[in-house]
Amino acid sequence: MTMSTTSPERAAGPTAYYRFRPLNIGRYLIWSLFAIALIVLPMLFTSSLAVTMLSQMGYAIIICLSYNILLGQGGMLSFGHAVYTGLGSFIAIHAMNLAAAGKLPIPLVLIPLVGGLAGMFFAILLGFVTTKKSGTTFAMITLGIGELVASMALMFPEFFGGEGGVTTNRVYGQSIFGMTFGPAIQVYYLIAAYCFVCTAAMFAFTATPLGRILNAVRDNPERVEFIGYNTQRVRYFAFIIAGFFAGIGGGLAAINFEIVTGADSVNMVRSGGYLLFTFLGGATFFFGPIIGGVLLVLASVLLSELSKAWLLYLGLVFLFMVMFAPGGVASLVMMNLRVAKFGKLRPLLPAYLALVGTALVALFGAAAMVEMLYHLQLNAALGPEMEFLGATVNAAKLSSWFGAGFVLVTGLALFELCRRQFIQQWGLVQEEIEHEIKRGEAL
Amino acid sequence: MAENANYALELRALRKSFGKTEIIRGVDLAVRAGERVAIIGPNGAGKSTLFNLISGRFAPTSGEVLLHGARIEGKKPFEINRMGLSRSFQITNIFPKLSVFENLRCGVLWSMGYRYTFLRFLSRLDDANERAQQLMEMIKLDKKRDVLAINLTYAEQRALEIGITIAGGASVILLDEPTAGMSVSETTRFIALIKEVTEGRTLLTVEHDMGVVFGLADRIAVVVYGEVLAFDTPDAVRANDRVQEAYLGSAVADAQAQGH
Repeated sequence: MTMSTTSPERAAGPTAYYRFRPLNIGRYLIWSLFAIALIVLPMLFTSSLAVTMLSQMGYAIIICLSYNILLGQGGMLSFGHAVYTGLGSFIAIHAMNLAAAGKLPIPLVLIPLVGGLAGMFFAILLGFVTTKKSGTTFAMITLGIGELVASMALMFPEFFGGEGGVTTNRVYGQSIFGMTFGPAIQVYYLIAAYCFVCTAAMFAFTATPLGRILNAVRDNPERVEFIGYNTQRVRYFAFIIAGFFAGIGGGLAAINFEIVTGADSVNMVRSGGYLLFTFLGGATFFFGPIIGGVLLVLASVLLSELSKAWLLYLGLVFLFMVMFAPGGVASLVMMNLRVAKFGKLRPLLPAYLALVGTALVALFGAAAMVEMLYHLQLNAALGPEMEFLGATVNAAKLSSWFGAGFVLVTGLALFELCRRQFIQQWGLVQEEIEHEIKRGEAL
Repeated sequence: MAENANYALELRALRKSFGKTEIIRGVDLAVRAGERVAIIGPNGAGKSTLFNLISGRFAPTSGEVLLHGARIEGKKPFEINRMGLSRSFQITNIFPKLSVFENLRCGVLWSMGYRYTFLRFLSRLDDANERAQQLMEMIKLDKKRDVLAINLTYAEQRALEIGITIAGGASVILLDEPTAGMSVSETTRFIALIKEVTEGRTLLTVEHDMGVVFGLADRIAVVVYGEVLAFDTPDAVRANDRVQEAYLGSAVADAQAQGH
């Protein structure tokens, strides 16, 4: 799981070029750890909030991974992925209600698959139009279709439930092995099982002929046409597969919340969120979107609790990442793992500490100003006094603003100094590593 | 010209205009199976356009293109490729972020029937992997198996380009200036490579280097201003007064001086 989207194949050695290596210890280890983490995490974090968040992470991971089939593996920048998760959710919740009324014999454990098939169906339907084109045109069409479906959600209250949405009760039918799926923890394990299987399936997809040709279409669509492949077809099939997994994620969301609303689940903001967090996690590595899914839930549950201005902070983080680490968190991890592999990470640690420290100072200043502004705008009735990290601040006083501004400017200046220092040091380390690799080849 | 399935590739009264400018002005050309044909001509004569018309990148304004007797003009590139025609590009056109081996395996997949398969692992497709390995050895890049194509030298990338082009087992190969930008010694080695890997196939190549042309081709087509001025054996083309006058001139004299 730690390999790039184009290289899970590289495991076979140069001599045994066409043989599947039967025991790939590293890979088994990583998958086992992933499974163990899924099983053990709710035992470590037992609060109901934690279990809910873990459940949300489970399907957010599936959704972000499915989105990355488009973005990272196929080079398709979709602005409408929530269409497929959202419609998957709606079909799944209607299926649950039908099943509860005894009209459909579908047990709850298979409801996510219903969502998946729904997502696939709509991907077949809408993707046929979308995947005709690539690049900017593709992005524009997904945007259009996203708007279309979002407005449909308001036009057909019978299906989308209007403003109140559609509700359900996930406890229906006979319990399986004593699982009624009433308690949140049981739902979590259902989601975790789907998360593991879907992640494995999507990873396997990267090592199939279609998966590889999809990479080729991303890198050089024109050439693909001249080796016998219809690039539209390649994109279309990948789109359908992504739609299937997105629908599964949507179905799981419906089970988790027992409510789906049109205003929330198929709209642009939701699509933008999947794009943003897949990118933050890292689109160039298979495991990047897993990080992205986790971050998505952390941000939307915890950060939104912490501050009203959380979207602003998120925007700043996104901006920062696009500018300084376009490969996302995953690329940062992999770059440092590479350095660590050559035993050169330790000398970089002080520089990292300095970066984090100065960044925190700058953030402190910026956050103080943002919070004061929000306080003045939204809580004017409560007076100018406000709490900020345990201290009482008067948002109306010029001195508070000067203080915060001073902290921010100082932090930024120190951060910039540290950053320049770090860049130099990083360059040196990379040079040394290149050198060692060359020496290794020469031997 | 009568129907003749012995022709691997046949162009009949082919024309192509871009706006009001006619680039290809009625080209007739019949290439026999297994023949090596070089297309020469001054810059802007329409050589690359001719390749683009044959390979389906552009549709001709009028005229016919026949591949083994079947009409292919106006078809999509992938359709023409599936019928057994493959081309390389003047500007290196490979998959930069895939390894050498992956590049070649991508070239192999369709022709081996794996198409859009997503229920089988690439690593288990023994025949495709074996073929990719053979190709890698043929183009002498087997030591660079896992190197990303973007990190290869220019000459290696050109070799990979040829490798991808022949990977699908096409019977008709179009090479667009395969030796462009190479040094003299690289060119010599490269010509030997091209001869080797296209053995038994029909080859059309656009080339500027007269040494290459006279060393490689069974017949030469001289294209000037979108028309075929001459299509004959190297000796006959060399002796052709009209060709001398219109284009070759000093280039042929140079090649002769070099002993070709």
